Amino acid sequence: MTAIPQKRPPAPIRTEALEALLTDRGLVTAEAIDGLINRFVNDVGPMNGAKVVAKAWTDPEYKARLMADGTAAVGELGFAGPQGEHIVVVENDEKAHNVVVCTLCSCYPWPLLGLPPNWYKDPAYRSRIVREPRAVLAEMGLELDQDVAITVWDSSAENRYFILPQRPDGTDGLGEDELAALVTREAMVGVAKVHAPA
Amino acid sequence: MDGIHDMGGTQGWGTVELDPDDPVFANDWEGRAFALGAMAGGLSGTNLDAFRHGLERLHPLTYLQDGYYGRWLACAELLLVDSGVLAQGAVDARARRLMGEDVEEPAQPEVNKPEYERGGGGSLRDIDDPPKFEVGDSVRARDVHVGGHTRMPAYIRGRAGTISAIRPAAVLPDATAHFTGEEPQHVYTVSFESTELWGAEAEPTTLNIDLFETYMEKR
Repeated sequence: MTAIPQKRPPAPIRTEALEALLTDRGLVTAEAIDGLINRFVNDVGPMNGAKVVAKAWTDPEYKARLMADGTAAVGELGFAGPQGEHIVVVENDEKAHNVVVCTLCSCYPWPLLGLPPNWYKDPAYRSRIVREPRAVLAEMGLELDQDVAITVWDSSAENRYFILPQRPDGTDGLGEDELAALVTREAMVGVAKVHAPA
Repeated sequence: MDGIHDMGGTQGWGTVELDPDDPVFANDWEGRAFALGAMAGGLSGTNLDAFRHGLERLHPLTYLQDGYYGRWLACAELLLVDSGVLAQGAVDARARRLMGEDVEEPAQPEVNKPEYERGGGGSLRDIDDPPKFEVGDSVRARDVHVGGHTRMPAYIRGRAGTISAIRPAAVLPDATAHFTGEEPQHVYTVSFESTELWGAEAEPTTLNIDLFETYMEKR
Protein backbone atom coordinates (compact mmCIF):
# COMPACT_ATOMS: atom_id res chain seq x y z
CA MET A 1 0.00 0.00 0.00
CA THR A 2 1.20 3.47 -0.77
CA ALA A 3 2.70 5.17 2.26
CA ILE A 4 1.32 8.61 3.01
CA PRO A 5 3.89 11.02 4.47
CA GLN A 6 3.41 11.47 8.20
CA LYS A 7 2.59 14.84 9.63
CA ARG A 8 5.85 16.73 10.18
CA PRO A 9 6.71 19.86 12.13
CA PRO A 10 5.85 22.97 10.09
CA ALA A 11 8.31 24.14 7.41
CA PRO A 12 9.48 27.28 9.28
CA ILE A 13 10.51 25.12 12.27
CA ARG A 14 12.15 22.49 10.09
CA THR A 15 14.09 25.24 8.33
CA GLU A 16 15.29 26.55 11.68
CA ALA A 17 16.19 22.98 12.72
CA LEU A 18 18.21 22.27 9.57
CA GLU A 19 20.06 25.58 9.86
CA ALA A 20 20.81 24.90 13.54
CA LEU A 21 22.10 21.38 12.85
CA LEU A 22 24.45 22.67 10.15
CA THR A 23 25.65 25.73 12.08
CA ASP A 24 26.28 23.54 15.18
CA ARG A 25 28.70 21.54 13.04
CA GLY A 26 30.31 24.64 11.57
CA LEU A 27 29.16 23.71 8.06
CA VAL A 28 27.20 26.90 7.38
CA THR A 29 26.99 30.34 8.95
CA ALA A 30 23.96 32.58 9.39
CA GLU A 31 25.97 35.28 7.60
CA ALA A 32 26.41 33.15 4.50
CA ILE A 33 22.68 32.43 4.44
CA ASP A 34 21.85 36.12 4.95
CA GLY A 35 24.27 37.02 2.15
CA LEU A 36 22.64 34.66 -0.33
CA ILE A 37 19.15 35.91 0.58
CA ASN A 38 20.26 39.52 0.29
CA ARG A 39 21.77 38.87 -3.13
CA PHE A 40 18.54 37.51 -4.57
CA VAL A 41 16.26 40.00 -2.81
CA ASN A 42 18.27 43.14 -3.57
CA ASP A 43 21.01 42.67 -6.17
CA VAL A 44 19.75 40.20 -8.76
CA GLY A 45 16.33 40.48 -10.32
CA PRO A 46 14.31 41.58 -13.35
CA MET A 47 15.99 45.01 -13.26
CA ASN A 48 19.07 43.31 -14.71
CA GLY A 49 17.19 41.88 -17.66
CA ALA A 50 15.39 45.19 -18.18
CA LYS A 51 18.77 46.92 -18.67
CA VAL A 52 19.67 44.37 -21.33
CA VAL A 53 16.36 44.96 -23.14
CA ALA A 54 16.64 48.78 -23.00
CA LYS A 55 20.18 48.64 -24.34
CA ALA A 56 19.18 46.29 -27.15
CA TRP A 57 16.32 48.65 -28.10
CA THR A 58 18.58 51.69 -28.29
CA ASP A 59 21.89 50.27 -29.55
CA PRO A 60 21.60 48.18 -32.76
CA GLU A 61 25.19 46.95 -32.49
CA TYR A 62 24.58 45.71 -28.96
CA LYS A 63 21.40 44.01 -30.12
CA ALA A 64 23.33 42.23 -32.89
CA ARG A 65 25.87 40.97 -30.34
CA LEU A 66 23.07 39.96 -27.96
CA MET A 67 21.27 37.88 -30.57
CA ALA A 68 24.54 36.28 -31.75
CA ASP A 69 25.97 35.41 -28.31
CA GLY A 70 23.63 36.15 -25.41
CA THR A 71 26.02 34.99 -22.70
CA ALA A 72 28.82 37.31 -23.85
CA ALA A 73 26.52 40.29 -24.45
CA VAL A 74 24.83 40.14 -21.04
CA GLY A 75 28.30 39.60 -19.58
CA GLU A 76 29.28 43.00 -20.99
CA LEU A 77 26.79 44.50 -18.51
CA GLY A 78 28.19 42.38 -15.67
CA PHE A 79 25.44 39.75 -15.63
CA ALA A 80 26.74 36.20 -15.20
CA GLY A 81 26.66 33.38 -12.68
CA PRO A 82 24.71 30.27 -11.71
CA GLN A 83 21.79 29.44 -14.04
CA GLY A 84 23.32 31.68 -16.68
CA GLU A 85 25.97 29.42 -18.21
CA HIS A 86 24.54 29.72 -21.70
CA ILE A 87 22.03 32.50 -22.40
CA VAL A 88 20.02 32.37 -25.62
CA VAL A 89 18.02 35.48 -26.53
CA VAL A 90 14.83 35.10 -28.54
CA GLU A 91 13.03 38.11 -30.01
CA ASN A 92 9.29 38.71 -29.96
CA ASP A 93 7.62 40.79 -32.65
CA GLU A 94 4.20 41.36 -34.21
CA LYS A 95 4.12 38.04 -36.01
CA ALA A 96 6.12 35.73 -33.77
CA HIS A 97 5.62 35.26 -30.04
CA ASN A 98 7.93 33.19 -27.85
CA VAL A 99 7.31 32.08 -24.27
CA VAL A 100 9.55 30.15 -21.85
CA VAL A 101 8.78 27.38 -19.36
CA CYS A 102 10.52 24.61 -17.44
CA THR A 103 8.08 21.70 -17.32
CA LEU A 104 10.41 19.48 -15.24
CA CYS A 105 11.43 21.93 -12.51
CA SER A 106 11.97 25.70 -12.48
CA CYS A 107 14.98 26.48 -14.73
CA TYR A 108 15.18 30.25 -15.16
CA PRO A 109 17.93 32.76 -16.13
CA TRP A 110 18.88 33.83 -12.60
CA PRO A 111 21.54 36.44 -13.52
CA LEU A 112 18.99 38.33 -15.64
CA LEU A 113 15.70 37.77 -13.83
CA GLY A 114 16.56 36.58 -10.33
CA LEU A 115 14.53 33.75 -8.82
CA PRO A 116 11.34 32.72 -10.62
CA PRO A 117 7.94 34.07 -9.53
CA ASN A 118 5.21 31.80 -8.18
CA TRP A 119 3.26 31.54 -11.41
CA TYR A 120 6.35 30.23 -13.26
CA LYS A 121 6.77 27.43 -10.69
CA ASP A 122 3.09 26.60 -10.49
CA PRO A 123 1.89 23.22 -11.80
CA ALA A 124 -0.83 24.99 -13.81
CA TYR A 125 1.75 26.98 -15.81
CA ARG A 126 4.27 24.13 -16.13
CA SER A 127 1.65 21.66 -17.34
CA ARG A 128 -0.49 23.81 -19.61
CA ILE A 129 1.74 26.32 -21.40
CA VAL A 130 3.23 23.56 -23.59
CA ARG A 131 -0.18 22.20 -24.48
CA GLU A 132 -2.48 25.20 -24.83
CA PRO A 133 -0.23 28.27 -24.86
CA ARG A 134 -2.71 30.65 -26.47
CA ALA A 135 -5.36 29.91 -23.86
CA VAL A 136 -2.90 30.20 -20.96
CA LEU A 137 -1.50 33.49 -22.27
CA ALA A 138 -5.04 34.86 -22.64
CA GLU A 139 -5.76 33.77 -19.08
CA MET A 140 -2.68 35.70 -17.96
CA GLY A 141 -3.89 38.82 -19.77
CA LEU A 142 -2.13 38.50 -23.13
CA GLU A 143 -4.57 38.07 -26.03
CA LEU A 144 -2.64 37.30 -29.22
CA ASP A 145 -4.13 37.59 -32.70
CA GLN A 146 -4.78 34.28 -34.47
CA ASP A 147 -2.09 35.04 -37.07
CA VAL A 148 0.67 35.37 -34.46
CA ALA A 149 2.88 32.25 -34.50
CA ILE A 150 3.50 30.94 -30.97
CA THR A 151 6.65 29.06 -29.98
CA VAL A 152 7.04 27.62 -26.49
CA TRP A 153 10.57 26.95 -25.20
CA ASP A 154 10.85 24.18 -22.61
CA SER A 155 14.22 24.79 -20.90
CA SER A 156 15.10 21.17 -20.19
CA ALA A 157 18.92 21.44 -20.30
CA GLU A 158 21.40 24.16 -19.22
CA ASN A 159 20.52 26.71 -21.90
CA ARG A 160 18.57 29.61 -20.44
CA TYR A 161 16.15 31.40 -22.72
CA PHE A 162 15.57 35.14 -22.40
CA ILE A 163 12.88 36.97 -24.34
CA LEU A 164 13.66 40.29 -26.00
CA PRO A 165 10.19 41.88 -26.05
CA GLN A 166 9.01 44.20 -28.81
CA ARG A 167 9.64 47.87 -28.13
CA PRO A 168 6.26 49.58 -27.80
CA ASP A 169 5.20 52.41 -30.11
CA GLY A 170 5.27 55.89 -28.60
CA THR A 171 8.60 55.44 -26.80
CA ASP A 172 10.89 57.16 -29.32
CA GLY A 173 11.86 59.98 -27.00
CA LEU A 174 12.73 57.79 -24.03
CA GLY A 175 16.28 57.09 -22.83
CA GLU A 176 17.65 53.73 -21.69
CA ASP A 177 16.71 54.16 -18.03
CA GLU A 178 13.17 55.25 -18.85
CA LEU A 179 12.76 52.32 -21.23
CA ALA A 180 14.15 49.86 -18.68
CA ALA A 181 11.52 51.03 -16.20
CA LEU A 182 8.78 49.88 -18.62
CA VAL A 183 10.12 46.33 -19.02
CA THR A 184 8.49 43.74 -16.77
CA ARG A 185 9.65 40.30 -15.64
CA GLU A 186 6.57 38.85 -17.36
CA ALA A 187 7.56 40.39 -20.72
CA MET A 188 11.05 38.85 -20.48
CA VAL A 189 9.55 35.36 -20.01
CA GLY A 190 7.04 35.98 -22.79
CA VAL A 191 3.72 36.06 -20.94
CA ALA A 192 3.20 39.80 -21.45
CA LYS A 193 4.07 42.65 -23.79
CA VAL A 194 5.77 45.89 -22.84
CA HIS A 195 3.44 48.90 -22.88
CA ALA A 196 4.23 52.56 -23.47
CA PRO A 197 3.60 54.88 -20.53
CA ALA A 198 -0.04 55.96 -20.39
CA MET B 1 11.74 8.76 -13.75
CA ASP B 2 8.03 9.09 -14.31
CA GLY B 3 7.12 11.29 -11.38
CA ILE B 4 5.01 14.16 -10.16
CA HIS B 5 7.66 16.62 -11.40
CA ASP B 6 7.11 15.69 -15.06
CA MET B 7 4.18 18.04 -15.52
CA GLY B 8 4.26 18.97 -19.21
CA GLY B 9 0.83 18.36 -20.73
CA THR B 10 -0.76 16.89 -17.57
CA GLN B 11 -4.25 18.17 -16.89
CA GLY B 12 -6.46 19.24 -14.03
CA TRP B 13 -4.25 21.90 -12.42
CA GLY B 14 -6.60 24.84 -12.80
CA THR B 15 -5.87 28.37 -13.91
CA VAL B 16 -2.61 30.34 -13.81
CA GLU B 17 -2.69 33.18 -11.31
CA LEU B 18 -0.34 36.04 -12.20
CA ASP B 19 0.66 38.41 -9.41
CA PRO B 20 3.09 41.01 -10.82
CA ASP B 21 4.04 42.05 -7.28
CA ASP B 22 4.95 38.53 -6.17
CA PRO B 23 7.78 38.97 -3.62
CA VAL B 24 11.02 36.97 -3.98
CA PHE B 25 10.31 35.26 -0.66
CA ALA B 26 6.81 35.54 0.81
CA ASN B 27 8.09 34.43 4.25
CA ASP B 28 11.47 34.66 5.97
CA TRP B 29 11.82 30.88 6.27
CA GLU B 30 11.51 30.54 2.48
CA GLY B 31 14.63 32.64 1.96
CA ARG B 32 16.52 30.51 4.47
CA ALA B 33 15.22 27.29 2.88
CA PHE B 34 16.36 28.59 -0.52
CA ALA B 35 19.85 29.33 0.82
CA LEU B 36 20.11 25.95 2.53
CA GLY B 37 18.93 24.25 -0.67
CA ALA B 38 21.47 26.19 -2.73
CA MET B 39 24.23 25.08 -0.32
CA ALA B 40 23.04 21.47 -0.03
CA GLY B 41 24.82 20.26 -3.16
CA GLY B 42 28.20 21.40 -1.90
CA LEU B 43 27.61 20.27 1.70
CA SER B 44 26.49 16.80 0.61
CA GLY B 45 29.20 16.41 -2.04
CA THR B 46 26.56 15.99 -4.74
CA ASN B 47 25.61 18.31 -7.61
CA LEU B 48 22.87 20.27 -9.36
CA ASP B 49 21.49 17.24 -11.18
CA ALA B 50 21.37 15.23 -7.96
CA PHE B 51 19.46 18.13 -6.40
CA ARG B 52 16.92 18.12 -9.24
CA HIS B 53 16.62 14.35 -8.88
CA GLY B 54 16.20 14.78 -5.14
CA LEU B 55 13.15 16.96 -5.79
CA GLU B 56 11.77 14.22 -8.05
CA ARG B 57 12.35 11.59 -5.36
CA LEU B 58 10.18 13.37 -2.82
CA HIS B 59 6.81 11.77 -2.18
CA PRO B 60 4.30 13.29 -4.64
CA LEU B 61 2.23 14.61 -1.76
CA THR B 62 5.29 16.23 -0.18
CA TYR B 63 6.23 17.68 -3.58
CA LEU B 64 2.87 19.39 -3.87
CA GLN B 65 1.98 20.18 -0.26
CA ASP B 66 5.29 21.68 0.83
CA GLY B 67 5.27 24.37 -1.84
CA TYR B 68 8.35 25.47 -3.76
CA TYR B 69 10.81 26.32 -0.99
CA GLY B 70 9.37 23.66 1.29
CA ARG B 71 10.38 21.26 -1.46
CA TRP B 72 13.90 22.72 -1.53
CA LEU B 73 14.11 22.22 2.22
CA ALA B 74 12.96 18.60 2.00
CA CYS B 75 15.41 17.98 -0.86
CA ALA B 76 18.32 19.54 1.08
CA GLU B 77 17.52 17.22 3.98
CA LEU B 78 17.31 14.21 1.65
CA LEU B 79 20.74 14.85 0.07
CA LEU B 80 22.40 15.55 3.44
CA VAL B 81 20.97 12.32 4.89
CA ASP B 82 22.01 10.34 1.78
CA SER B 83 25.59 11.61 2.22
CA GLY B 84 25.67 10.90 5.96
CA VAL B 85 26.11 14.58 6.81
CA LEU B 86 22.90 14.32 8.84
CA ALA B 87 21.23 11.32 10.47
CA GLN B 88 17.87 10.13 9.22
CA GLY B 89 15.33 11.91 11.40
CA ALA B 90 17.79 14.53 12.68
CA VAL B 91 15.83 17.50 11.30
CA ASP B 92 12.56 16.14 12.61
CA ALA B 93 14.02 15.56 16.09
CA ARG B 94 15.63 19.01 16.26
CA ALA B 95 12.39 20.63 15.05
CA ARG B 96 10.41 18.84 17.75
CA ARG B 97 12.89 19.95 20.38
CA LEU B 98 12.52 23.53 19.13
CA MET B 99 8.77 23.05 19.61
CA GLY B 100 9.36 22.03 23.22
CA GLU B 101 9.03 18.25 22.86
CA ASP B 102 11.39 16.02 24.79
CA VAL B 103 12.83 13.87 22.00
CA GLU B 104 16.28 12.38 21.62
CA GLU B 105 18.34 13.38 18.62
CA PRO B 106 19.79 10.50 16.57
CA ALA B 107 23.53 9.81 16.66
CA GLN B 108 25.67 11.37 13.93
CA PRO B 109 26.30 8.77 11.19
CA GLU B 110 29.51 8.31 9.26
CA VAL B 111 29.86 10.83 6.44
CA ASN B 112 29.57 9.01 3.14
CA LYS B 113 29.69 11.46 0.25
CA PRO B 114 29.59 10.13 -3.31
CA GLU B 115 32.90 9.76 -5.10
CA TYR B 116 33.05 10.55 -8.77
CA GLU B 117 35.16 12.44 -11.29
CA ARG B 118 34.18 15.98 -12.28
CA GLY B 119 35.52 17.50 -15.47
CA GLY B 120 35.30 21.09 -14.24
CA GLY B 121 32.82 23.56 -12.80
CA GLY B 122 29.34 24.14 -14.16
CA SER B 123 27.62 21.85 -16.65
CA LEU B 124 29.02 22.83 -20.06
CA ARG B 125 31.91 20.81 -21.53
CA ASP B 126 34.02 20.78 -24.68
CA ILE B 127 33.92 17.42 -26.42
CA ASP B 128 35.94 16.13 -29.36
CA ASP B 129 33.32 14.02 -31.14
CA PRO B 130 31.41 15.96 -33.81
CA PRO B 131 27.65 16.34 -33.33
CA LYS B 132 25.73 13.37 -34.71
CA PHE B 133 22.85 15.54 -35.94
CA GLU B 134 22.71 18.68 -38.10
CA VAL B 135 20.21 21.50 -38.10
CA GLY B 136 17.25 20.39 -40.19
CA ASP B 137 17.62 16.67 -39.42
CA SER B 138 14.42 14.78 -38.72
CA VAL B 139 14.65 12.93 -35.43
CA ARG B 140 12.49 10.94 -33.08
CA ALA B 141 12.72 11.10 -29.31
CA ARG B 142 13.48 7.60 -28.05
CA ASP B 143 10.68 5.77 -26.30
CA VAL B 144 12.76 5.07 -23.20
CA HIS B 145 11.44 4.76 -19.68
CA VAL B 146 14.29 5.22 -17.22
CA GLY B 147 13.88 4.69 -13.50
CA GLY B 148 16.39 7.36 -12.52
CA HIS B 149 16.96 10.97 -13.45
CA THR B 150 16.50 12.17 -17.00
CA ARG B 151 15.77 15.49 -18.68
CA MET B 152 13.54 14.06 -21.35
CA PRO B 153 9.96 14.70 -20.32
CA ALA B 154 7.35 12.03 -20.99
CA TYR B 155 5.36 14.19 -23.38
CA ILE B 156 8.22 14.10 -25.93
CA ARG B 157 8.84 10.33 -25.91
CA GLY B 158 8.42 8.66 -29.27
CA ARG B 159 7.49 11.93 -30.98
CA ALA B 160 8.97 13.18 -34.26
CA GLY B 161 10.72 16.54 -34.43
CA THR B 162 13.37 18.55 -36.25
CA ILE B 163 16.77 19.72 -35.03
CA SER B 164 16.63 23.52 -34.93
CA ALA B 165 19.90 24.41 -33.17
CA ILE B 166 23.08 22.82 -31.83
CA ARG B 167 23.87 24.08 -28.32
CA PRO B 168 27.05 23.73 -26.21
CA ALA B 169 27.79 20.18 -25.07
CA ALA B 170 27.00 19.47 -21.42
CA VAL B 171 27.28 16.79 -18.78
CA LEU B 172 24.53 14.18 -19.04
CA PRO B 173 22.17 14.66 -16.08
CA ASP B 174 21.14 10.99 -16.29
CA ALA B 175 24.76 10.15 -15.29
CA THR B 176 25.79 12.99 -13.00
CA ALA B 177 22.65 12.75 -10.87
CA HIS B 178 23.71 9.18 -10.04
CA PHE B 179 27.45 9.94 -9.67
CA THR B 180 28.47 7.45 -12.38
CA GLY B 181 30.49 10.04 -14.31
CA GLU B 182 29.76 12.99 -16.55
CA GLU B 183 29.29 11.40 -19.99
CA PRO B 184 29.13 14.84 -21.69
CA GLN B 185 27.06 14.97 -24.86
CA HIS B 186 25.97 17.36 -27.55
CA VAL B 187 22.73 19.17 -26.77
CA TYR B 188 20.23 20.25 -29.42
CA THR B 189 17.15 22.38 -29.55
CA VAL B 190 14.49 20.25 -31.21
CA SER B 191 11.23 21.61 -32.64
CA PHE B 192 7.98 19.67 -32.39
CA GLU B 193 4.68 20.65 -33.96
CA SER B 194 1.84 20.83 -31.46
CA THR B 195 -0.24 18.40 -33.53
CA GLU B 196 2.53 15.77 -33.23
CA LEU B 197 2.45 16.13 -29.44
CA TRP B 198 -1.21 16.72 -28.66
CA GLY B 199 -3.17 15.29 -31.57
CA ALA B 200 -4.70 16.55 -34.78
CA GLU B 201 -7.11 18.88 -33.01
CA ALA B 202 -4.33 20.82 -31.23
CA GLU B 203 -3.99 24.46 -32.08
CA PRO B 204 -0.97 24.82 -34.41
CA THR B 205 1.97 26.06 -32.34
CA THR B 206 5.62 25.02 -32.02
CA LEU B 207 7.36 23.50 -29.03
CA ASN B 208 11.15 23.89 -28.78
CA ILE B 209 12.94 21.75 -26.24
CA ASP B 210 16.59 20.99 -25.46
CA LEU B 211 17.49 17.32 -25.77
CA PHE B 212 20.73 15.39 -25.23
CA GLU B 213 22.06 13.44 -28.20
CA THR B 214 21.26 9.95 -26.88
CA TYR B 215 17.66 10.97 -26.21
CA MET B 216 17.06 10.85 -29.97
CA GLU B 217 17.40 8.72 -33.09
CA LYS B 218 17.43 9.77 -36.75
CA ARG B 219 14.27 9.06 -38.72
